[in-house]
Amino acid sequence: MPTATITVALVGNPNTGKSTLFNALSGLRQRVGNYPGVTVEMKKGQLTADGVNFELIDLPGTYSLAARSPDEMVAVDLLLGRRPEEPRPDVIVSIVDATNLDRHLYLTSQLLDLGVPVVVAVNMIDAAAAQGLTIDYEKLSTALGVPVVPIQANNGTGLPQLVRTIRQAAHERKIPQPVEFPFAFDEIIAHITKELSDQVPPVLVRRLLWDVGGYVEQWLLAEHGERLHHLLAKARDQLAAANCPVPAIEARTRFAWVRQAVAAAVTKPAGRPITWTDRIDAVLTHRWWGTLVFVAVMFVMFQSIFLWAQPLMDQIDAVREWLAQSVAEALPSGPLRALLVEGVIGGIGSVLVFLPQILILFAFIAVLEDCGYMARAAFLMDRIMSRCGLSGKSFIPLLSSVACAVPGIMATRVIENRRDRLATIVVAPLMSCSARLPVYVLLIGAFVARPGSPAWLPGLVLFAMYMIGFTVAPLVALALKRTLLRGAPPVFVMELPSYRRPKLTAVLRRMFDAGKAFVVRAGTIILAAMIIVWALLYFPYIDSNGDSYPARIEQAEEAAAATAERLKELQAIKNPTPEQQAELAELEDVAALPDKLNGQWKRQSLLGRVGLWMEPVFEPLGWDWKIGVAAMASFPAREVIVGTFGLLYDVGDVDPGLVLDPSTDEEGQAKVASLTRAVQEEWAKDPIRGPYGVPVALSIMVFFALCCQCGATLAVIQRETKNWLWPAFTFIYMTTLAYGGAMLTFQLGRLIVG
Amino acid sequence: MPTLADLSCGQQAEVLAISGHPAFVQRIYELGLLEGERVELVAVAPLGDPIEIRLGNSRLSLRRSEAADIEVRIIPAP
Repeated sequence: MPTATITVALVGNPNTGKSTLFNALSGLRQRVGNYPGVTVEMKKGQLTADGVNFELIDLPGTYSLAARSPDEMVAVDLLLGRRPEEPRPDVIVSIVDATNLDRHLYLTSQLLDLGVPVVVAVNMIDAAAAQGLTIDYEKLSTALGVPVVPIQANNGTGLPQLVRTIRQAAHERKIPQPVEFPFAFDEIIAHITKELSDQVPPVLVRRLLWDVGGYVEQWLLAEHGERLHHLLAKARDQLAAANCPVPAIEARTRFAWVRQAVAAAVTKPAGRPITWTDRIDAVLTHRWWGTLVFVAVMFVMFQSIFLWAQPLMDQIDAVREWLAQSVAEALPSGPLRALLVEGVIGGIGSVLVFLPQILILFAFIAVLEDCGYMARAAFLMDRIMSRCGLSGKSFIPLLSSVACAVPGIMATRVIENRRDRLATIVVAPLMSCSARLPVYVLLIGAFVARPGSPAWLPGLVLFAMYMIGFTVAPLVALALKRTLLRGAPPVFVMELPSYRRPKLTAVLRRMFDAGKAFVVRAGTIILAAMIIVWALLYFPYIDSNGDSYPARIEQAEEAAAATAERLKELQAIKNPTPEQQAELAELEDVAALPDKLNGQWKRQSLLGRVGLWMEPVFEPLGWDWKIGVAAMASFPAREVIVGTFGLLYDVGDVDPGLVLDPSTDEEGQAKVASLTRAVQEEWAKDPIRGPYGVPVALSIMVFFALCCQCGATLAVIQRETKNWLWPAFTFIYMTTLAYGGAMLTFQLGRLIVG
Repeated sequence: MPTLADLSCGQQAEVLAISGHPAFVQRIYELGLLEGERVELVAVAPLGDPIEIRLGNSRLSLRRSEAADIEVRIIPAP
């Protein structure tokens, strides 16, 4: 029988194998812990050993407890038991890299101050042995004053010993001896603690004093104001006068202590051996070779998001269609069937269709990050990204957004700086994603690639559409970093970790986590949005005579099917008699009736009526109400415009995939061709869209290039920022940009054409 | 006084003083780059910025503007 649960917090620098240890200990018994008000998530896991339950918390990798943001403060508060949702840890496991002890033990020394038993886990003992380092763990334990366990987390060496040591530490409750600071310092701490009427634990008072402009200072100054400000300034002056300047005094004292411990326990070879990392870095961060490798890696990644994902996405689409078909056959027609087929199955399909791209991108990110290349990529791209106020870490998320913004936004998790991450998230949907392509291709095919126009023109227009995103995104990022997301200059110093071989299980786990997070949390919101727009296009479904549109369409379809054979026969006749001509015309009308009825229905649907009413709003863009309705119907997913256009122009629903794939069946091609023709013909009759067809088409394309017509993107922004303000902001600024851009395009185009 | 930004590839130097924004100075200290430490410039990114330095067994990337806040004494090659 388990007696009690021991709460254990894992703390360590980034790239110490902390997550590997966490996964090795907790296996599949994991969940994600969310904390209100912050964007970090911490994983929690469980472990049972010898009848004892352990609750593990994997804190985000950090170099120090000097918190500079609310996100970093969560970890500190959690360790001090100041978060209401978590108990104070019984034991802190400080995980350090055996090849980097002289740096990683700095964080350990901070952990000793917290008044909680500490166990040091020295990881990567294999790498240390390979470098000729010998570590005497007994001596290290004596020097640090806490138990030390050597482990190799990726193959499980030393883990049973670690678990036993944790249990013993929890049982003994031995509070570690903090590192000693000069006397003058302790006196000042005592003084300030008293001034704050003992409300703040001494550990945080130290952080207040040391971390100039840090989170503790911001928080306490907001509470105590001017008086504390003076007190703090005076205390820091006093310390500087006593030769203990802030923040150097903390680093000097702690590193002196670390050096002593390392000197006592570690024997290093005389000369520093050349490591694999030295050799690989000589190529990968090299000016020319490094750039070449980087371009190759990005090319492969990009290609695979596009190419490998496509067959899987087609499969998902096929399953969705099959399911829709089966349900449609099993149920009688009516609102329920339509809701299930078009709303629910269509909605779930449109969520799942993103999965292949998310999984592939996250496989790449996991491999690149685990092997240490991600930091090198950021290093190589930093200069370019710094031009728009971001850092090299924003490059991969933005590049991935060219395939799809959803995985791109999820990839911003690699950016630690909160403001940089938000700026990247907010501009990622501007990158021209693959869902925009069918829209561009359809409109370019109908209005730009006409007989007589130069052969290079369609390509140029397509290129221009992509360039809109590539130029507007950095400008918006720069504007944001100068206004909304302005703050203290961020620190760009970044560690370039040693190269390691990535582990398959770790990669699979990352893919699974990303996929699950998307489907579970973003999926529900996307589904809701899809159903709402479906309903707006479905209701009311009764025409002015009291007949139901779906029923009439079904009848018309049956009639068309019954006469289809005869129609084909008649069409095949070379020189028809007048009677045959009349019959042909009649049967063609019968065949076209279902699409015509569908068009009528959509035009008098709620969304259709709103579109008609809103026509004046679309006028400056050169749009009629049909284009307006199609644009509004595509807010949950922009590729929907192709199908909506089909409905509104009486040619029936058109699959956007058909626009891009010339190899599809004849029927599909005929559909796309008739849609193109219908739009051309109807616009030709119109006083605005007739003469100005090209400016109108361009204005629609610019609108689609700039607008955030993607419920999935907005849902993912909400998920990643844990806030509804950011998706709302993204939606509003992009719609405004899109409206302005489309208007400018049309008005300029009209001047030029006119 | 030369700074870390003045090193060329393969050159070693000893850190003398670190100035600049408090958050930057503190982060540099936390990464173990203290006065008296020895560093080596390993690589320079394609557009000349940032730079990669090695400090013991760890490697750091710094922007040139940040490296310029770290005064060093260049150690002549033996």
